[in-house]
Amino acid sequence: MSDHEYTPKSKVGKWFNDRLPLLTLANHLTDYPTPKNLNYWWTFGGILTFCLITQIITGIVLGMHYVAHADLAFQSVEHIMRDVNYGWLIRYVHANGASMFFLAVYIHIFRSLYYGSYKSPREVIWIIGMLIYFLMMATAFMGYVLPWGQMSFWGATVITNLFSAIPLVGESITNWLWGGYSVDNPTLTRFFSLHYLFPFLILGLVVLHIWALHVPGNNNPIGIDIKKPSKDTVPFHPYIVIKDAFALLIFLLIFAFFVFFSPNILGHADNYIEANPLVTPAHIVPEWYLLPFYAILRSVPDKLLGVIAMFAAIFVLVILPWLDTSKVRSTVFRPIYKQFYWFLVADVLILGYVGAMPAEGLYLLIARVATAYYFAHFLIILPFLGMKEKTTPLPLSITEPVLGGSADMVMARNNSDFKEKL
Amino acid sequence: MSDSEKKKPNRRDFIVTATTAAGAVGVGAVVWPLVDQMNPDASVKALASTEVDISAVEPGQSITVLWRGKPVFIKRRTQDEIDSARAVDLSELKHPEKDEDRAKNPEWLVMLGVCTHLGCVPLNDKGDYGAWFCPCHGSHYDTSGRIRKGPAPTNMEVPKYEFVNSNTIKIG
Repeated sequence: MSDHEYTPKSKVGKWFNDRLPLLTLANHLTDYPTPKNLNYWWTFGGILTFCLITQIITGIVLGMHYVAHADLAFQSVEHIMRDVNYGWLIRYVHANGASMFFLAVYIHIFRSLYYGSYKSPREVIWIIGMLIYFLMMATAFMGYVLPWGQMSFWGATVITNLFSAIPLVGESITNWLWGGYSVDNPTLTRFFSLHYLFPFLILGLVVLHIWALHVPGNNNPIGIDIKKPSKDTVPFHPYIVIKDAFALLIFLLIFAFFVFFSPNILGHADNYIEANPLVTPAHIVPEWYLLPFYAILRSVPDKLLGVIAMFAAIFVLVILPWLDTSKVRSTVFRPIYKQFYWFLVADVLILGYVGAMPAEGLYLLIARVATAYYFAHFLIILPFLGMKEKTTPLPLSITEPVLGGSADMVMARNNSDFKEKL
Repeated sequence: MSDSEKKKPNRRDFIVTATTAAGAVGVGAVVWPLVDQMNPDASVKALASTEVDISAVEPGQSITVLWRGKPVFIKRRTQDEIDSARAVDLSELKHPEKDEDRAKNPEWLVMLGVCTHLGCVPLNDKGDYGAWFCPCHGSHYDTSGRIRKGPAPTNMEVPKYEFVNSNTIKIG
């Protein structure tokens, strides 16, 4: 928070600000002191905000033409694609926008993992972020059901059947979710209703996420606490605004490539076949961004345990701030963790790959090993590594390594912060 | 506040407790309709039974009909298939059920064509047991629709059904 009191210059501004301090808020956001060493991995917060707004705007437009009924939904989507003016563009932006949203959110999450942004005092930011991520998955899943193609229908069937694994009440819960005895029209209409609602819940959580961020301020690539404002910081506007805008433009190039040159490459051909409750497609796969969790689900041979493992894979991320015992935030100063970090990245990519493959033979074996490693990383490696690892010396400030040479041992030892960690 | 005052509930405590209790009942009465509206409605429940003509089904053939939005397999089994289903030792089964209990009339196997893992429709004449195989997550079922291999926890469900006459089955 900015320490100085802000007074609007104009009389009208002052009159308004005394009654509703919106101008104070705007001033806080422009002057917000930001670490000056933020790299491009820090631009994904802005990119994600852009993605959310894009999804909401294109979604509202699609909602004007889409019909949420089992007999009409598939036709209405084709109507959007063929008849509605620019309907093809709006739908392709919305469909690929979901993938772009997840691409950005995964980079954002792995940025946090690399630079320890989830650690004290930023645990609440991290947990709100995980809630957003969970709601994003629910929203994307329900949105994928709406075109009522084969993948929509069978994806919905498989995912809602996860709840039937719950002992005793499982069947009642699935019937309650479906509004019947199978995925059918009542399921479609409620998914449409919730798919419309959830993005606004996400928007609310994004406001809390940013609010919680502005209390301690941004983490930074070297992960040390900095004084704000000081010579280690720059005001958000114009420095970060310009940097974010540039990164967003590069991101939009990739986005536009998908929309205009390969709009269906991330989808499944089966979803251009209308839903048929009598025929399951030969190979059901969720969207790419859910594949690692799907691989975990399939790697466990027991139904209930598979479902528990899948939800645990998400929950383990929520409690991450307390699993990682190391007080040094940035991986830059954690030589051993750095290697495990890249193992985890590889592990998640492998899970994603085997999630797209049939669950048999070698793929199943790989999925099991990768699932075991995923949990081992969070539940065994992180807690023990934090206690054992010998970290390299932290600099005193962001400017020090630049202006005062690299962080030498004398300065580092004088850093009280560092002493605590030894 | 002294101890003696704390122990003895006064009229205000009574009013607070009574108001809270009444409020809780009121909230429950409002929330329940909002929750229950999502359960299967009257029009869905009304479609609870269906009659199927099976006169055209040859031995070894299987037909699939829709009941309550779900596929139902009606399979006219060959003698070999019946024999192999009945020869299985119950101790080999993950979900032990006698074939005699699953198919009242041994020639006709009627069951929900829904994999008990995550609800996909298994494929006929496939898998390690020459019967049904679920393509989604690899569950193998035998000629009695019993789970033999893979993640599904139970056998495919046998719905309530009866032979109205020798050519018609009523499901539900």
